[in-house]
Amino acid sequence: MFGKLTLEAFPFHVPIVMGTLSVVAILGLALVIALTKYQKWGYLWREWITSVDHKRLGVMYIILAMVMLLRGFADAIMMRTQLAAATNGAAGYLPPEHYDQIFTAHGVIMIIFMAMPFMIGLMNIVVPLQIGARDVAFPFLNNLSFWLAVSGALLVNISLAVGEFAKTGWVAYPPLSELTFSPDSGVDYYIWALQISGIGTTLTGVNFLVTVLKMRTRGMKLMQMPIFTWTCTWANILIVASFPILTGALAMLTLDRYLDFHFFTNDLGGNAMMYINLFWAWGHPEVYILVLPAFGIFSEIISTFSGKRLFGYTSMVFASGAISVLGFIVWLHHFFTMGSSADVNAFFGVTTMIIAVPTGVKLFNWLFTMYKGRVQFKPPVLWTLGFMVTFTIGGMTGVLLSVPGADYVLHNSLFLIAHFHNTIIGGAVFGYLAGFSYWFPKAMGYKLDEKWGKRAFWFWQIGFYVAFMPLYVLGFLGMNRRVNHTDNPDWNMWLYIACAGAFIIALGVLSQLIQLYVSYRDREKNRDVTGDPWNGHTLEWSTMSPPQFYNFAQEPVVKDIDAFTDMKENGTAYQRPEKYAPIHMPRNTGAGFIMGMLLTACGFGMVWHIWWLVIVTFLATIVTYIKRCYDNDIDYYVQPDEIEKIENEHIAAVQSTLKA
Amino acid sequence: MTDKKVSRVFAGLLFSAVALLSGCSGGVLDPKGQVGVDEKNLILIATGLMLLVVIPVIILTLVFAWKYRASNEDAVYEPKWAHSKKIELVVWLIPIAIIIILGSVTWVTTHHLDPYKPLDHDSKPLEVEVVSLNWKWLFIYPEQNIATVNELVIPAHRQVAFKLTSESVMNSFFIPQLGSQIYTMAAMTTKLHLIADHAGTYKGISANYSGAGFSEMKFNTIATETEADFDQWVNKVKAAPEALSGPVYEQLAEPSEGNPVTYYNSVKAGLFDDIVMKYMQHHGHTPFTGQSGMDSMSAMHQKEHMTGAEE
Repeated sequence: MFGKLTLEAFPFHVPIVMGTLSVVAILGLALVIALTKYQKWGYLWREWITSVDHKRLGVMYIILAMVMLLRGFADAIMMRTQLAAATNGAAGYLPPEHYDQIFTAHGVIMIIFMAMPFMIGLMNIVVPLQIGARDVAFPFLNNLSFWLAVSGALLVNISLAVGEFAKTGWVAYPPLSELTFSPDSGVDYYIWALQISGIGTTLTGVNFLVTVLKMRTRGMKLMQMPIFTWTCTWANILIVASFPILTGALAMLTLDRYLDFHFFTNDLGGNAMMYINLFWAWGHPEVYILVLPAFGIFSEIISTFSGKRLFGYTSMVFASGAISVLGFIVWLHHFFTMGSSADVNAFFGVTTMIIAVPTGVKLFNWLFTMYKGRVQFKPPVLWTLGFMVTFTIGGMTGVLLSVPGADYVLHNSLFLIAHFHNTIIGGAVFGYLAGFSYWFPKAMGYKLDEKWGKRAFWFWQIGFYVAFMPLYVLGFLGMNRRVNHTDNPDWNMWLYIACAGAFIIALGVLSQLIQLYVSYRDREKNRDVTGDPWNGHTLEWSTMSPPQFYNFAQEPVVKDIDAFTDMKENGTAYQRPEKYAPIHMPRNTGAGFIMGMLLTACGFGMVWHIWWLVIVTFLATIVTYIKRCYDNDIDYYVQPDEIEKIENEHIAAVQSTLKA
Repeated sequence: MTDKKVSRVFAGLLFSAVALLSGCSGGVLDPKGQVGVDEKNLILIATGLMLLVVIPVIILTLVFAWKYRASNEDAVYEPKWAHSKKIELVVWLIPIAIIIILGSVTWVTTHHLDPYKPLDHDSKPLEVEVVSLNWKWLFIYPEQNIATVNELVIPAHRQVAFKLTSESVMNSFFIPQLGSQIYTMAAMTTKLHLIADHAGTYKGISANYSGAGFSEMKFNTIATETEADFDQWVNKVKAAPEALSGPVYEQLAEPSEGNPVTYYNSVKAGLFDDIVMKYMQHHGHTPFTGQSGMDSMSAMHQKEHMTGAEE
């Protein structure tokens, strides 16, 4: 009846897990009570869960990312405290049994369920607005993608309460991840969480590619798309090209584990090296998927807050393209130490370091965007400057690792850990946080509190250096990653400093939570009345904040890269047409949510070999989808009088502000 | 604000520089063999080359941000200035120039430091066969016909030719102070050449996570000053009570953590090849009791080819 699932799968004997679960249960219960008391269930269902509006989906993606950030960050704190406690041969408080799950979960959560949803959330909110579109090409698909991402995240979190998570590291290399060495439920949770959310990501990539190709507003040429949209487009090309490789590799691992295949096993001709190649053929483009949109965010911010056009727009577009293409021919640098010949290693080393060229160009272009500008040190700019300094260091250590001779001694050391946190935090995460404070007023209608924003930045920035610079040193001292305890007195001081750094970052996270609370409390004071709080360059700032649900009453006509600046200068901004035409809009649908939840149950059934559950939920998913396909009531028209009312309100607000 | 930022960044840089200089005894920046020395020099050269761009970029970032701050009304303001062929040419050419130099260095050093290539050293290599087990290291000395667990003894001033494989999952064989690491993988053989130029005891680890007992999967590498010292140690091992027979090996292969150093006075002939071949034969067949045949040997060579092994 319940497959492999028995009472033993529940961690009653692990106080940390039970404590966490009770807190989660209490918070969940409080939420349910609050929703019931204020009668918000209907609102939640109608306005959010079933929403196909790209802006609402974007907000929900970012909420998902922030919840998972807290989870992944808790893992990080546990790892750093464990390593600070377990020196000189002490065992610490986390035995390998738990510690190994924690570092695996930390990696998976931060990459797949924090960074990806954050990036996709910002892309959702901003890209359709920047190209003057009313929504994405496939709004229902967008909703489905989101719920597939949630489904994967749910499976990762369920593994905390039922069974365990993988103890393989986030890369899940076979043969360790094969049944022989990992017979428990952990790797299966890993597989299904990544598969379900990965399909969602692939669909998002397709959706946004079609959107930018087919739905740009009148007059907008490809080489006039805002730079953030361009970098997202490159990221989406990478998603479409690389995620199927992950899907394929995990499918083969699934066949190995469930049906006794031998793709990657030690015996019967299996070869783990194939998995490692496939994994990184996805995994390396994946880091550019994360960082390219962040580059776009920095470009938007540095240009807006310098009060200047972006320097070298064309160079920026082609540099991003070069990074995307090169990103596909460097994967082998993740395993120079696997015994490839010198020619092969040297080839991949050189292709890797060539990526430093377009990346360097981007840095110079940001520099020359500030040059002869008027730079305002708002929180988004602080994140950008912090990024430019921090990422340059991370890029340098990355190029160092791309030299095979250096990698032979630094591979898998804490130097590597320091490097990729240097680029992922200093690059991607700083970018998302910059974008978060930059576009927050657009999405929510009021600005974030600046004081707490600056505090958050400084805690993050200082905490980052304190937490990760010691790891570079530890790497040079010969400490490798994923160890559970140490007995080298030379390392102790650096481990303590790194642990302190993690707590400084925790203050940064706390500041952000306080910032959200304070900003919400003072929302009337910080309200963005005009929809253009930063004197923005691009079309998203021409809408209300939050934007009209149809985005644009009429399709704007674009004549310049900085389309909105151009309109403001020519006096064509905020113009009222003679008469409004009805707007064709998609209807909300519960199908995406239902399919996502059914697939969560299906994944759970697969993990525990509960075959009836798998069959029932899978068929139900298909039926839900077919039913949705035959549903003809999927759209409606917004009538001109309603549009006129909303638009007049916006224009009146703008005019009264301009007068004042 | 920016003042604080400047001081923060310099504090950060200074911090890491001091860290690098002061605390690196016993790690990869304190090498005790030629391979490690070459790799350390490579790290320093590559870092130096990159700092030529990195330092100006960091300084320019802070200088531009400060000079063109909004409150500085004296600075030139050109909101429409967004293109300059000259600047764009320079910003493409500078990184390209650095990468051409670094790429050339990479090409040459990668061939020079190829772990499969014997070192340029006038010494007959000592052959050591390495097997990673859950979770300990087995070292087989085919010429001496001895084996040890979790202790590697080598003579200094003589290059060591390692052949490596794994009994179970993938590990990485790494002695930070001697240089290069290499993966160990079941059913496959990898190769590595190292040398100790100084006598001493150096820590060895698995640098690739391999499961629960991985943290304790370490060994001491003892480089003896003379060949005589090494021979003396070999004799000591020969005097150990136990031989590494097939059944003893199978028992050793069972997962265990924190194994003590163990010596074996002799080793079953062809044990290393048998371990490599184990997974290439049919299920249920135990190779450690029989002789490995010619067929399996040629299959092994094929497999070795698949790892990209080139000599």
